Amino acid sequence: MDLVIILSTLDATIRLSTPLLLACLAGLYSERAGVFDIGLEGKMLAAAFGAAAVAAVTNNVWLGLLAGVGVSLSTSALQGAAAITLKGNQLIAGVAINMLAAGLTTFLGIQWFAQGGRTPALTPDSRFGNMTLPFADELAGVPVLGQIYSELISGHNLLVYIAFLAVPITWFVLYRTRFGLRLRAVGENPKAVDTAGISVIALRYQAVLITGLLCGLAGAFFSIAQGSGFGNNMTAGKGFIALAALIFAKWKPVPAMFTCLLFGFLDALQIRLQNTDIFGVTVPVQAIQALPYILTVVLLAGFIGKAVGPKAGGVAYTKER
Amino acid sequence: MNKFVKHFGALATGVAMTALLAGAALADPAIIYDLGGKFDKSFNEAAYNGAEAWKAETGGAYVDLELQNDAQREQALRRFASQGANPIVMAGFSWGTALGTVAAEFPDTNFVVIDAVVDQPNVQSIIFDEHTGSFLVGAIAALKSTTGTVGFVGGMDVPIIHKFYCGYAQGAKAVKPDIKLIENYTGTTPAAWNDPVTAGELTKAQFDAGADVVFAAAGGSGLGVLQAAADAGKFAIGVDSNQNYLHPGSVLTSMLKRVDVAVTTAFKEAGDDATFKPGITVLGLAESGVGYALDDNNKALIDDATKATVDDLSAKIQSGAIAVHDYTTDSTCPGI
Repeated sequence: MDLVIILSTLDATIRLSTPLLLACLAGLYSERAGVFDIGLEGKMLAAAFGAAAVAAVTNNVWLGLLAGVGVSLSTSALQGAAAITLKGNQLIAGVAINMLAAGLTTFLGIQWFAQGGRTPALTPDSRFGNMTLPFADELAGVPVLGQIYSELISGHNLLVYIAFLAVPITWFVLYRTRFGLRLRAVGENPKAVDTAGISVIALRYQAVLITGLLCGLAGAFFSIAQGSGFGNNMTAGKGFIALAALIFAKWKPVPAMFTCLLFGFLDALQIRLQNTDIFGVTVPVQAIQALPYILTVVLLAGFIGKAVGPKAGGVAYTKER
Repeated sequence: MNKFVKHFGALATGVAMTALLAGAALADPAIIYDLGGKFDKSFNEAAYNGAEAWKAETGGAYVDLELQNDAQREQALRRFASQGANPIVMAGFSWGTALGTVAAEFPDTNFVVIDAVVDQPNVQSIIFDEHTGSFLVGAIAALKSTTGTVGFVGGMDVPIIHKFYCGYAQGAKAVKPDIKLIENYTGTTPAAWNDPVTAGELTKAQFDAGADVVFAAAGGSGLGVLQAAADAGKFAIGVDSNQNYLHPGSVLTSMLKRVDVAVTTAFKEAGDDATFKPGITVLGLAESGVGYALDDNNKALIDDATKATVDDLSAKIQSGAIAVHDYTTDSTCPGI
């Protein structure tokens, strides 16, 4: 493999990890606050639809993004109301969100656009185009480092940079701010937080809304950045892979980034290894396509060690019986 | 008493309505689309356009259904058949088993299946010579390519899509024997017909590997291929429907498979036993069942020399001077 192929694989890795990373960080906030979120998938799907629908109608990418985030936030609020205020089972609330999103997006898509649930294809104005970072073109001629800068780091869309910026921000918020300390505490021992005079309910709502914001960005990435328009069930289980990545990363932001990059890399590799000869043998496509999943199982089973989630996760907080 | 009459009246109206509806459904043609969805801008949409063309021409009504999953096939067929729809047309290669079962249960209903072969006295199986149409677009791709590499992105990894690839590869090699080909499939499940993101990534990978023309035989997923080509400033080839208009200047041509004509013809002829043709109908270049699309959107992309070469190849295939191997006959693609 020469440098160009390696760079293009890594380039695809970044593209494919972005939605995983956003969803993974989204789940991190919610779960660190003690609310298990199995509904990442549904929120992303709803956001993807909202973003594509508004972007297609208004022909404005920013309104699309706003709509995607708005849809995801309101879905989050709904899930929060069920799981936090009404003390419903958090897993069931998440499953309900997933089913609601899958059904509603298709239904509304058919009703509004009459294209079998698909939204109209977007024009360049209504999608996030690839950005060229400063000096990328000038440095492209410089061997290795210049190529890495111009090919790998430059030339992605805005949401990719937001996703990777969200990692240090999340780390800082979680470990260096008062809010982060309280957030972690409320996931471990909500009683103690409550005793200290801080509202568990308010903290959990804040966490769930941050989850909604990040899921909204992830969903918008699918439909108005990476893709061009919404298609039925276009998130294709990425929310669940993000959940697996979150466990694999033991609910920590920086490991979460590396896990998502690993999953993205396996996906990118899978695409490039189809019908290539490895040591003179043509590997069947099916085997290559299963590779990311096989490696996921192996990694989860063999290398991660014990993953212990936030102690109070999955339990609605009851102040007094 | 007054109340009773009112209720009875309503009931009678209801019964009459039901009878009317049943009567209306009787002998109306039905069409069932496959999993890609009615508006996939490709195979199923071609079928839909055929049905709409029939409606515009005859003013008749038809019923249709979009499948949501594989398990609905038999159920959908039985429902339409027991409602009296005739003929029942279905588009897609996955209908074989379901139709084989249901056709025997409804001997008086005429069935037309596109892309599959079912051996029953009341079934007409329409298949297309996709390999010859793909041969022509393969030749166009190879003539257009400046890098000497052309790509292929298939939908689900099934024999009929290999048939497209095999024809495409033969066509490319026929005009440029040293051309390099890259072949990828979007997936191995029916979800692969509706996964433009993966198809787009495959296309980007092919561009990175040097391809500059990519043929998308992938139903709804093909939209991702066309988008990726438009984004990269390279060329893509559409499939089934004429997709030239989707990204003018970037869609080099489309491999036409006149599913629309097949559906219109089926609606016209298969309802009446006098004109119904059970057995296998093959639509090829000679019948204009397959071909390549040339319109205002891609006129500038295909020069006269290319057109002359391709039309010559088409004539030679029809006369038998060139034999294009059909992958589905023996599951091999010699020489590729």
